[in-house]
Amino acid sequence: MSVLVNKNSKIIVQGFTGSEGSFHAEQMIEYGSNLVGGVTPGKGGQEHLGKPVFNTVEDAVKMAGADVSVIFVPPAFAADAIMEAADAGIKVIICITEGIPTKDMVIVQEYLSDKDCRLVGPNCPGVITPGEAKVGIMPGFIHNPGRIGIVSRSGTLTYEAVDQVTKLGMGQSTAIGIGGDPIIGTTTKDAVQLLMEDPDTDGIIMIGEIGGSMESDAAYWVKANGTKPVVGFIAGQTAPKGRKMGHAGAIIGGKDDTAEAKMQVMRECGIHVVESPAEIGQKMKEVMGLV
Amino acid sequence: MNVHEYQGKGILKQYGVPIQEGQVIDQLSQAQNAADQLARDTGTEWFVVKAQIHAGGRGKGTVKETGSHGVVLAKGKHQLDDVVEGILGGTLVTAQTGEKGKRVNKVLIAEDVYYPGASEPEEYYMSVLLNRASGRNMIMYSPEGGMNIEEVAEKTPHLIFTEEVDPAAGLLPFQARRIAFNLGLSGLGMKNMVKFVSALYKAYEGSDSAMFEINPVLKASDDKVLAVDCKMTLDDNALYRQKELSAMRDISEEDPTEVEAGKHNLSYVKLDGNVGCMVNGAGLAMATMDIIKQAGGEPANFLDVGGTASAERVEKAFRIILSDPNVKAILVNIFGGIVRCDRVANGIVQAYKNIGDIGVPIIVRLQGTNAEEAKKIIDDSGLEVLSAIALKEAADRVTEVLA
Repeated sequence: MSVLVNKNSKIIVQGFTGSEGSFHAEQMIEYGSNLVGGVTPGKGGQEHLGKPVFNTVEDAVKMAGADVSVIFVPPAFAADAIMEAADAGIKVIICITEGIPTKDMVIVQEYLSDKDCRLVGPNCPGVITPGEAKVGIMPGFIHNPGRIGIVSRSGTLTYEAVDQVTKLGMGQSTAIGIGGDPIIGTTTKDAVQLLMEDPDTDGIIMIGEIGGSMESDAAYWVKANGTKPVVGFIAGQTAPKGRKMGHAGAIIGGKDDTAEAKMQVMRECGIHVVESPAEIGQKMKEVMGLV
Repeated sequence: MNVHEYQGKGILKQYGVPIQEGQVIDQLSQAQNAADQLARDTGTEWFVVKAQIHAGGRGKGTVKETGSHGVVLAKGKHQLDDVVEGILGGTLVTAQTGEKGKRVNKVLIAEDVYYPGASEPEEYYMSVLLNRASGRNMIMYSPEGGMNIEEVAEKTPHLIFTEEVDPAAGLLPFQARRIAFNLGLSGLGMKNMVKFVSALYKAYEGSDSAMFEINPVLKASDDKVLAVDCKMTLDDNALYRQKELSAMRDISEEDPTEVEAGKHNLSYVKLDGNVGCMVNGAGLAMATMDIIKQAGGEPANFLDVGGTASAERVEKAFRIILSDPNVKAILVNIFGGIVRCDRVANGIVQAYKNIGDIGVPIIVRLQGTNAEEAKKIIDDSGLEVLSAIALKEAADRVTEVLA
């Protein structure tokens, strides 16, 4: 089963014919994702990578039955692309684009509030259900179909966790990169909840960062509703206060924002917290009783 | 991106927000003319001289060379030159600058707004920022003006109010009135506060800002409401469409190495430790810093080389890390996804040869696409580079070289 995307997902790429969109669309097709086409306004009717190009997301939904969209549109136009996908009835919108102005995302969040869809990202690596669908920019080959769900705010750190899980003989049900921006569509808690309710996920890895309260919110939810073991890590234990660490969302504001404070809350909520990112996979193996 | 007080006030004024007026100067010789102009514009006879640096706590801060504070009142034109001389060109140390302090290249000569009148002047705190929990902007305010807001939040949290703004409707008049009433205002003061708040929110939206902090907002003795100070952070992601505002960037306020790194699309933050690091991805970079600490070192920097770790960028990144004399070792941690590790490895070898004598041990951990080939390239290069594939191994190598 897995969550968000699977082998039956009908995926389109917004920003299909651009360099980023083309490169990653090709990788997704190669992985075996069910890509049914893409959208580039003004290029409708053409064919690209052997798939149809549509002018609008609405056309892609009507003509190709698209229900998942992955967005590679440049930052100035990405907010519009997300809202177009929502308006067209796309159920899962995954926005890879980095650098969208916060003001645009405030509008997006409001616009999506009464739409029946889920946004993942922006500024994220995407979502993968190994062996079924890769919808994003992650390297496919490090993944292995399995029963561990992974949620993370960062790209390469997600790959790190995935790789450890795979190398220790386990695999992933779905790995979700939720993104590093201040406003994102799917929070840590949302993603953890999806995996907790997924019958094909047995354990969850939750990777956070300094800044905001998403990990604490997720931890409290796990304490109240958790039925599966959760392993957690927070990056930024050594980050100085008030400095932005690459991600716009990664900045320590108050004392509850620190890695230390978040890890403490997570421990209190029954999450198996590791201090070192090198121990994420091993800890998961332990709590699953596989050693 | 941060802007100076005088620049922030200029932006506010464009949107109709009343401000404490002022003239900015960078030479002592300009002081008297600036004061004359200000006196003509506002009728002020006293002048507040304010150091323009990107750091708070200026009023309590001290100029190293002269002992002057960073914000000083000149009671008349005859005192002005002495006051300006005490601040301009000096090194101001505040609670936020660190011991090194910051050079004051400009001062703002501002009108005195605490003049006596029908009522007592009152100071308030006000900021506009994103509430990340709701994804909406909010106005945060308090009758405890002029104070450190973190302290107010700690000691008297009931004196901090928030007003969240509906993105579709914008800040509504009743919300602006509620703010004025919660601040204890009535009559003309209330009306002026409503105008102030409404204009302030328009300025926030119009300038694509990430944060406004106006501390204090002053209700003067004649019930005028105005911004006496202004701390403003613009949204970096929106600078492409705010050309006029992005031109306000003052590079002299930033760390020169970080500016240099930025030119090469490297995200670099200098820290005080002894182990440098070069990583792809912000999350993995922070995690690598944590590993360094656990391995017995202290991170000397945060450095994200981004998605395309080409030979040129790797070389630049090495040079930037090595410009810090405290660096005793470098840990390179690249998770190759789309980037192939063998290419990164070649880039490292090339960079190493170009730089010549690096002089500190380098630990290279390449994982992901073509990691094995990459390790071979590093091992066969004959360079004094320690390679690792697992993250744990890399941490152990760090401990070894520091021992």
